[in-house]
Amino acid sequence: MKTVELTNVSRWYGNVVAINNVTMTLGSGVTGLLGPNGAGKTTLLHMMSGFLAPSQGELRIGGEPAWRNPGIYRHLGLVSEREAVHGFLTAWDFVVASAKLHRLPRPEEAARRAIGLVEMADAQDRRIETFSKGMRQRTRVAAALVHDPEILLLDEPFNGMDPRQRLHMMELLHQMGGSGRTVLFSSHILEEVEEVSGTVQVIVAGRLAASGDFRTIRRLMTHRPHVFAIRSSDDRRLAVALMNEESVNGLDLNQAGLTVRAGNYGAFTRALPKIALREGLRVRQLIPSDESLESVFSYLITA
Amino acid sequence: MNLTIAGITARGLFGRRRFLLLFPLPVLLLVLTVAAKSTGVDPEHWAPSVIDGMGFAVMLPVIALIVGTGVLGSEIDDGTVVHILAKPLPRHQIIVAKLVVAAGITALTSAVPMFIVGVLVDSARFGVALAVACLVAALGYSGVFLAMSLVTRRPVLVGLLYVLIWEALLGNVLTGTRVLSIHQYALSVTHAIAPNDLIKAHVGLPAALAMSAVFLVGGALLAIDRLRSFSVAGETS
Repeated sequence: MKTVELTNVSRWYGNVVAINNVTMTLGSGVTGLLGPNGAGKTTLLHMMSGFLAPSQGELRIGGEPAWRNPGIYRHLGLVSEREAVHGFLTAWDFVVASAKLHRLPRPEEAARRAIGLVEMADAQDRRIETFSKGMRQRTRVAAALVHDPEILLLDEPFNGMDPRQRLHMMELLHQMGGSGRTVLFSSHILEEVEEVSGTVQVIVAGRLAASGDFRTIRRLMTHRPHVFAIRSSDDRRLAVALMNEESVNGLDLNQAGLTVRAGNYGAFTRALPKIALREGLRVRQLIPSDESLESVFSYLITA
Repeated sequence: MNLTIAGITARGLFGRRRFLLLFPLPVLLLVLTVAAKSTGVDPEHWAPSVIDGMGFAVMLPVIALIVGTGVLGSEIDDGTVVHILAKPLPRHQIIVAKLVVAAGITALTSAVPMFIVGVLVDSARFGVALAVACLVAALGYSGVFLAMSLVTRRPVLVGLLYVLIWEALLGNVLTGTRVLSIHQYALSVTHAIAPNDLIKAHVGLPAALAMSAVFLVGGALLAIDRLRSFSVAGETS
């Protein structure tokens, strides 16, 4: 088994810190690299794939340094976020060229297998520039898998795929993880990561915010206090009634309306209509004010 | 040499629209030569301007610039270079393949019209001299322009500055700069193979050959080193 090891890795651009002292070890199985846009996922993947030098710290792929070491690509497959491909080549030519550049003994055979894995055999003789975004993505995955790598890094691999293709790609990643390979994929979509991987590394603002089993982290996320902005026909009476509700942790009443901090999202949203009905109040506005993924992630840092 | 990379590079170059930019100048050179010759005026009066002023000073470096910055620079621009770099290949294999394609295409597209011009103007020997000079210069220019596409983000601009300011302008005003001018090496090679009054050499042949090799090898070594440390800029982070 080949591992990806990061020890106190930082990367900065001038005064801007993109990755801040990240330490992690990735072993066999599928790991999701989760974080909001701009958190540093791509920077981290670029460093892992040898396309960016860490400003500080050590980064090893299968025990070898990743920077200035093309040898790592014998064990590493990379699907970068940027979807540029040699559009003038057919999918077949592109994947066979990848196999030849890897110096595989039977490049055609390897290409046929890789193209079959991503279900692109029917379109393999078309030029890549005629492909949809999802087809291009699958072709790039085929090229990354052609040498059967022990480590596979994918940057936002589900971008541009339709639901069926997405499901198929998820199965493929599952299979690879299940057969003992180290698979890391990045995503900013919580549900995507949940479906594919049991282990996640959550990165927020360049820092590793959480790491480990997805369910534990998800529980932390759902049990955090939720903030709602409410306006009703009588905010004061509603506030009094809500104070008796168990899921409410705190209230703030002011001229703009009512701000409620709920400990349990589901219980509160079920209870509010009942309370309003019982009190004969009309709820005019209910806005969950911190539902962005960023706020979920930033909660993790302080949790 | 890595034939897979050379093949992809050549197909990429021919597939891009900028490849069409290679043809107007050779055609113009041939048209000018045929037109001037048909007037019956002694070549002594017009051939230096056509061969040196147009062929060596404009056509050859412009073709070399388009091709030399195109073989790697356009792959860096559009990000496709990552597919080639994410392979367990020693970086010198990539650079050598790119150099061979760049120098080969540059030499071919410039040497053929120059050979014809040489034959029309003087003799087959003069044609061969011009063609060999194109080959030597193509090697030097390709080394420089390939390295430029890894050293700067604006290789075409920097390359144009070298050709227009250093070679064309300073080369005429400050004679000392001619030692570092690939244009002058082409003239020296031509003069050595077919000495006549049409082309004047200002740099000795040994120096011209040695300096061409320095440009080629130096450019290649610089490019290999820069490619080893090639970084991808993060777009979303």
